[in-house]
Amino acid sequence: MSAAASTIAHEVPPQAGPRAFLHRLRQGDEIAHLLTLTFAAVILLLTSMLVYELWRNSHLSRTQFGWAFFWTKVWDPNFDDFGAAPFIYGTLVTSAVALVLAVPLGLASAIFLSELAPRNVSDVISFLIDLLAAVPSVIYGLLGIFIVVPLMRTTIGPLLINTVGNLPYLGALFRGPNYGVGFLTAGIVLAIMVVPFIISVSREVLLTVPREQREAAMALGATRWESTWQVVVPWARTGIMGSIFLALARALGETMAVTMVIGNAAAIKASLLSPGDTIASTIANQFTEATGDLYLSSLIELGLVLFLITFILNGLARILIVATERGGGRPA
Amino acid sequence: MKKALLVVWLMMLTLALSMALTAPRAAAQGGTVNINAAGATFPYPIYSKWFDVYHQAHPNVQINYQSIGSGGGIRQLQAGTVDFGASDGPMTDDQLAQSKFKILHFPTVLGAVVPTYNIAGVSGELNFTQKALAGIYLGTISKWNDPEIAKANPGVNLPSSDIVVVHRSDGSGTSYIWTDFLAKVSDDWKNKVGKAATSVNWPVGLGGKGNEGVTGLVKQTPNAIGYIELIYAVQNNIPYGKVQNAAGKFVKADLAGVTAAAAADAKSIPDDFRVSITNAPGPKVYPISSFTWLLIPAQIQDAAKRDAIRDFLKWMLTDGQKFNEGLTYAQLPKEVIARETRAISLIQ
Repeated sequence: MSAAASTIAHEVPPQAGPRAFLHRLRQGDEIAHLLTLTFAAVILLLTSMLVYELWRNSHLSRTQFGWAFFWTKVWDPNFDDFGAAPFIYGTLVTSAVALVLAVPLGLASAIFLSELAPRNVSDVISFLIDLLAAVPSVIYGLLGIFIVVPLMRTTIGPLLINTVGNLPYLGALFRGPNYGVGFLTAGIVLAIMVVPFIISVSREVLLTVPREQREAAMALGATRWESTWQVVVPWARTGIMGSIFLALARALGETMAVTMVIGNAAAIKASLLSPGDTIASTIANQFTEATGDLYLSSLIELGLVLFLITFILNGLARILIVATERGGGRPA
Repeated sequence: MKKALLVVWLMMLTLALSMALTAPRAAAQGGTVNINAAGATFPYPIYSKWFDVYHQAHPNVQINYQSIGSGGGIRQLQAGTVDFGASDGPMTDDQLAQSKFKILHFPTVLGAVVPTYNIAGVSGELNFTQKALAGIYLGTISKWNDPEIAKANPGVNLPSSDIVVVHRSDGSGTSYIWTDFLAKVSDDWKNKVGKAATSVNWPVGLGGKGNEGVTGLVKQTPNAIGYIELIYAVQNNIPYGKVQNAAGKFVKADLAGVTAAAAADAKSIPDDFRVSITNAPGPKVYPISSFTWLLIPAQIQDAAKRDAIRDFLKWMLTDGQKFNEGLTYAQLPKEVIARETRAISLIQ
């Protein structure tokens, strides 16, 4: 084939298709195009295969329970009765707690590092923060067991119960027996785990804001803080939101550290101090010993549900970003 | 063009050479029997010891064991991806019916599960009646000074605090033995929670991952109770309580008591060895113990593999059992060994 093409190429005038194609091929353009296209397609293929496999293998559970799988509160392998509600609840609550704690902390640190700290201090701290992002999750789990759990049981838990616990409405979140393990503990450990992502990415984004933006704000008489909060942060907010959603994705899927500190009870309780469970930790806990077909199928459907949650939240994130961009502030 | 030809020629040469070099070695390996197995994690330490020692005595037999859990072991055996499986609970009738081929159960060692606790001000060994353990895990007994616990422990100053119940969060053979016992001694348990299982819908409590997770939670949390494998408790010097057996005696778990439990039930063990020995009769019996099984296909096509597996089973039932106590597993009783030895001939 290529031999035939090259003979034709020699006979036909230079402008013709094959000749031009060969020229581009030699330049590397076509190869690069094909290669990158293939790799991009592989990613798409992998994702769709993942969804397909989850969908196919959860067939038994989907036909048995239908949509009720989402709101059934029982998870009983002994009587083959499965519902995802406690785990969906646990996943969303722990991730929400993690973001509530991590976003202010991460954003404030990123602003300090990019805007206020001397450049060399900022670089050293950023390097250490990037290291934190690479620590394996089981290490964070151990940190949780040895430091956060005892602290929650002896100090933070009782303090919350005696203060916030007495308030109307909000108090319901901090009541009941306090074991040290539970939603709040898992949320705190998750927050510690995702903060480096928020700081690291947000700082990079804040650093890319053009110097002229800051200078213009200052020229108009803004203080340093006003320039940072009203000009620099809005300019970078798409990137900052990106960092938050990256953190959310990690919190949703985290398995090991959560299993070690959440208490592993399939229950929906209002109090953040009570034990719960998440989708990822349930799959990790029960997959190896799941003997029944329906049991296994339900665990796989849990995986599908987690995928769906991530998908929906990512979609919402996109919509949020588009909406805020339309709101003005940053030029398109 | 010439360069490309040269490259192709060189590649072919390397390929030919490598084939020529490996061919004799492959022929020499023809005598090696590679057997793949997968399953239970609880007996993994003794299995890996056995397979290693057996390989040293029989260099041509190599058994690879993946401790992926009983559920995984059963599934892989049914799918035919392993030569034999291993499980902490016997396969159910449904599971056997679903399998495309007949599967035999061979008990290998015995394990036991013990209650461990952490109560402020109580340092001695506590006695647990069968009703007390079932009540605590059902949530109907929620205080340490409940009369059901107090009556078995005269002279012990039990606090009035709430009991914090700890169970396994991961599916496990330990939970299987524990729930098997609770289901046998309590009708309430049987009706509400169900039969023995590696994971159940726990009425109360917190979950810890693995023996170490349960131990950690019990040690950290005041007024907690949990259950762990006897081996784990012995190896880590974790104090544990006595449990009332079917004869009404309070027995502290040890290897002899566990073997006694199996021996007490030896006559009633069915021919397929699928039996639960929790709450076995006899005054010396420790009531929360169980066999763990190898799952072996009744028909093995490959003659070399069949001979190797049969020979390994014979060795496991004789010389292999001597390694048990060193690794704190209880030995099989003589009657069971004799019956298993006869059953080996069923593997065709």
